[in-house]
Amino acid sequence: MLKRLLFVLPLAVFAVGAAFLYWGLNPERNPAAIPSVLIDQPVPAFALPPIEGSSWPELSSADLGGEVTLVNVFASWCLPCRAEHPLLVDLAERRGVKVVGINYKDAPEDAIAWLQELGNPYAAIGADREGRAGIDWGISGVPETFVVDREGTIRYRHVGPIHAVELEELILPILERLR
Amino acid sequence: MITSLLPRKGPPHPVPLPPGERGRKLHRRHSIAPLPSWERGWGEGAARTLLLLVALLLAAPALAQEPRLEDPALEARARELQREIRCVVCQNESIDSSQAGIARDLRLLVRERLAAGDSDDEVRHFLVARYGDYVLFRPPLRPGTWLLWFGPGLVLLLGAGGLALALRRHRRRGAAGPAPLDPEEQRRLEALLRDEPGRKA
Repeated sequence: MLKRLLFVLPLAVFAVGAAFLYWGLNPERNPAAIPSVLIDQPVPAFALPPIEGSSWPELSSADLGGEVTLVNVFASWCLPCRAEHPLLVDLAERRGVKVVGINYKDAPEDAIAWLQELGNPYAAIGADREGRAGIDWGISGVPETFVVDREGTIRYRHVGPIHAVELEELILPILERLR
Repeated sequence: MITSLLPRKGPPHPVPLPPGERGRKLHRRHSIAPLPSWERGWGEGAARTLLLLVALLLAAPALAQEPRLEDPALEARARELQREIRCVVCQNESIDSSQAGIARDLRLLVRERLAAGDSDDEVRHFLVARYGDYVLFRPPLRPGTWLLWFGPGLVLLLGAGGLALALRRHRRRGAAGPAPLDPEEQRRLEALLRDEPGRKA
């Protein structure tokens, strides 16, 4: 019996190794993705001023909840933000999704020029010049996007720019479910 | 940016050799002089480069203008903490050694919390509440991390157990010794030894 077990052992070791490599080398896996602890937690308490010199309303945690909302952390110096921006404009204007923004470590005049050029999908924008609110949201970079439900609970976190496919297959279904 | 500081040397791209010479390029460069000026190696331009590089090395600390805590004991605690907090964008570095913007923000935050009178554990909790256990290089001991903490010991125990079992069995078999050869086997062994090529008389 024990002898037969000994023959199976290398096979078992191989199987475990192969499973680990399959997981580790899977191109779909993003090794930089950190599991968010904020999922299913209430939004962190924060209160941000508006972008200086703009007439767009400011953003604080009190503004979240009541309606399913997309919270997008962006900056004018962030190139991937530019890439995802048309999707946000489309979401806000054509699909009627409430999108709010956290303008992360940005110069006010740059942010205003950027939004004037690309369009402003945000119902409210908080200017996080020190990046402190970003830390409260647990972001590791920009852009990042969160889905907040009607109770003001974070239900989804997206690291990096949103691609059209991800919007259709991931984010819209979540928004649909929560509404 | 940096390249503009260094002395310009030669054309930006390797000069193509005539078709027949291409295969012998390496050979030529090492054996036949004279080399073109930009390939002559360490000359006076190189000394200037070296000087600039050394100056760059010294320039780095001059730029590190991060507010330190007044109290050296508190500052030491901050440094200690920062060494065990993982940078969330450059995941194999601590925030103490990382140049990333967010790492700098987290360093400032750690100092700020310590200055406000937080204990080390309170600072850790503050960060874990935002970034998860992931930010700690030393994960806490919880049922979810038992395998992580005790896994290596478990593997060691399993290996030691297996080895002990194998040794015991080996010893038991060794005590009995192999069965003696029967006359037929003995005859064959002698025949083999006689025919061995190395022992030809």
